[in-house]
Amino acid sequence: MTMALEMNKLDTNKKVGLFLVSAIVLAVLPFVVGGLLGNSWLRIIDFALLYVMLALGLNIVVGFAGLLDLGFIAFYAVGAYTFALLGSPHFGIHLPFYITIPLGALVAAFFGILLGTPVLRLKGDYLAIVTLGFGEIVRIFMNNLNAPINITNGPQGINLIDPVKVGGLSFGKSLEIAGHSFNSVYLYYYFFLALTVLVVIMAWRLQHSRIGRAWVAMREDSIAAAAMGLNIRNIKLLAFSLGALSGGVAGGLFASFQGFISPESFGLLESVMILAMIVLGGMGHIPGVILGAVVLTVAPEVLRDVIGPLQMHTFGRMLIDPENARMLIFGLALVVMMLLRPEGMWPSKRRKAEFDDAKKG
Amino acid sequence: MDIFLQQILNGLVLGSIYALIALGYTMVYGIMGLINFAHGEVVMMGAMVTITVVTSLMGAGVNLPGPILVLIGLVIAIPACALLGYTIERVAYRPLRNAPRLAPLITAIGLSIVLQQVAILIWGRNYIPFPSILSHDTVEIFGASITVLQVMIIVLCLVIMAGLLIMVEKTKLGRAMRATSQNPGVASLMGVNVNTIISSTFMLGSALGAIAGVMVATNYDQAHYYMGFLIGLKAFTAAVLGGIGNLGGAVAGGILLGIIESLGAGYIGTLTGGFLGSHYQDIFAFMVLILVLIFRPSGLLGEKMADRA
Repeated sequence: MTMALEMNKLDTNKKVGLFLVSAIVLAVLPFVVGGLLGNSWLRIIDFALLYVMLALGLNIVVGFAGLLDLGFIAFYAVGAYTFALLGSPHFGIHLPFYITIPLGALVAAFFGILLGTPVLRLKGDYLAIVTLGFGEIVRIFMNNLNAPINITNGPQGINLIDPVKVGGLSFGKSLEIAGHSFNSVYLYYYFFLALTVLVVIMAWRLQHSRIGRAWVAMREDSIAAAAMGLNIRNIKLLAFSLGALSGGVAGGLFASFQGFISPESFGLLESVMILAMIVLGGMGHIPGVILGAVVLTVAPEVLRDVIGPLQMHTFGRMLIDPENARMLIFGLALVVMMLLRPEGMWPSKRRKAEFDDAKKG
Repeated sequence: MDIFLQQILNGLVLGSIYALIALGYTMVYGIMGLINFAHGEVVMMGAMVTITVVTSLMGAGVNLPGPILVLIGLVIAIPACALLGYTIERVAYRPLRNAPRLAPLITAIGLSIVLQQVAILIWGRNYIPFPSILSHDTVEIFGASITVLQVMIIVLCLVIMAGLLIMVEKTKLGRAMRATSQNPGVASLMGVNVNTIISSTFMLGSALGAIAGVMVATNYDQAHYYMGFLIGLKAFTAAVLGGIGNLGGAVAGGILLGIIESLGAGYIGTLTGGFLGSHYQDIFAFMVLILVLIFRPSGLLGEKMADRA
C-alpha cells in the first residue's frame, strides 16, 4: 500500500526515468563488476540475486502473513534436490531446466502445505520452533537417505548437476562473442535477474491483491479477520505454499549454478540468514527486503576480503580466523541492529509508524 | 526384554538431563512468555568452562579425586553461566520488552551465534574430550547395565529439581516469581521488583543449564561448540511436551522425551524393516514436538493454551 502511494506521488515521467535508469544499471552491472573486480565478485552478485528470491519468498510468509518461519531453507533444499535428482548422473536422468525448475517449485509448494497444515493453530515462537524442527527433519533425511536405497547420496551430496541449457547454449561454459570470452557467471546473472524480476512482480502483485490484504488482516488480528469472512486456513496455507514456491525456484537455480549440492548447504544458519535479511531490510517491504538480501550477501564477502589483510596490516599476524570474525560480526550486527533500529534499514511507512508509536507509548 | 530395559535406563539418563535444561526454558517462558533461544549456548558454555577448569587443575598437578575436581569446575562454571544468563537478559531481552516478538528472537539468535563464535575462538572447532577422571564402573539391574556416573546424574537431577520446586513453592523469591509470572504489573504494585525477578530467573535457569552441560559432557565424554543447539532444541521440546511454563511439566516432559527417544532409536530399525536406522534418533524429538502441538498444545500438565505465544 505505502509503496504504491510513494510511487503515485512521482509523476509518470519520473517513474519512466527511474525504471530506465535501474534497467540500464542492472543490464550493465555484470560488465562493470566483472571487468573491475573479476568473475568471483560477479558470482557473489549472482548469489545475491538468489538470496533476493529466497528473501522475497520468506517475506510472503513472515512479512505479509506474519507467520514466523525458521525452517524456510527446507524449501530451498527441496527445490535444489528435485533439480539435482532429475538432472544429474546420479539417477542418469537429464530433464531440461524448464521442466525441473517448475517441478521443484511445485514440490516445494507441496512441502509448504505439508508444513503448514499441522501448524495452522500455532503462532509466534511456537511456530518458529516447529518450523525449525521441520527444517532439521528435512536435513536429517537428506543426510541419511543413502541407505538402504540411495536416494540423496547422503552427506556426500550430488555432483555434476546439469547446467541450464537454452537451445544449444549451455550456461555451464564460457560464451565466446567477437573474440571476448564471457564466463558462465554472466549468463547466469541475466537468467537469475529475469527470474528475480518475475518473483518481485509476483510478490508485488500479491501484496496489492485481495490475498495480500487478507494476509495483512490476518497478521494484525486473525480473529477479526475470520469474523470478516476470511478463510484463515486457506490464506495461511496459501502464504506457506507461495513462499515455498519461490524458495523452490531459488533452490533449483542454486543446484544448477553450483553443479553440486549437499545437506551442509541447508542448515539452520541459512534459515536464520534469510530471516535476518528480511528483518534487517524491513519486514514486509519489498524494496527493504531486496536491500537486506543484497547487503547481507555482499557484506560478509567484503568482510572476508577485508578482515584478513586488515589484521596482517595492523597486528602483523592473524589474531582471529577471518571466517570466525565474519560470523562474530554477523551475530553482533543482528543484536545491535535490533536494539538500535528494530524496524530495519528501509521499513515501509506503515511499519515505521507502528514502531514510532511503540517508542512513544 | 533386556534391550527394552536398557533403552529405558538410557532414556532416563538422557531424560533427566533434558528435564534440567527444560526447566531453564520453562521458567523464563513462565515469567516473560518468551523462549530464550540462547539457552542452549549457556549449556555449552557450562560444559566448556568445567572441562577447562578440570584440565588446567590437572595440568597444574592438583591431585584430587575426580568427583571433587568436577565439583570445583562446577563451582566456577555455575556463577559464570549465571552471569551469562544475566547478560543475555540485559542485552537481548530487557531493552526489547515492549518491542514486537520478533525483535528479541533475533537478538537472542544473534547472541547465540556470538557465543558459538566466542567458543570457537577460545576452544577451537574440534570436540573437546572430557578428562577421564570419573569412574565408568557399571552396575547390573535386571540384566541391563548402567554406569555409576549415570546413576549419579539421575539422582543429582532429581535432587536439584526437587530443590527447585520447593524453592518456587516455599521461599519469598519463589513467591515473587510466581506472582510475576501471573501478572507482572500487579506484582510490581505489590512491591515485587519485577526486573530483579526476571534477572534471577534467567540466572537460575542458566545455573541449571551449566550443571546439565557438565552432565552431557561427562555422559558423552566430550563437548563441542555446537552441542548447545540440538540439546537446547530437544529440551525445549520437553518443556512443550510437559506444558510450557509448568515446572513439574518440564520434568515429566524431559524424562518422557528421553525415554521416547531412546526407545525410538532402539526399535526404529526393527519397526521399519531396516529402512530407517538409529541415526534417525534426532527426528523423534521433532516429531513429538509437532504431534504435541497439533493434538495437545497445552502440553501434558499445562493449563494454558499455546495461544499465548
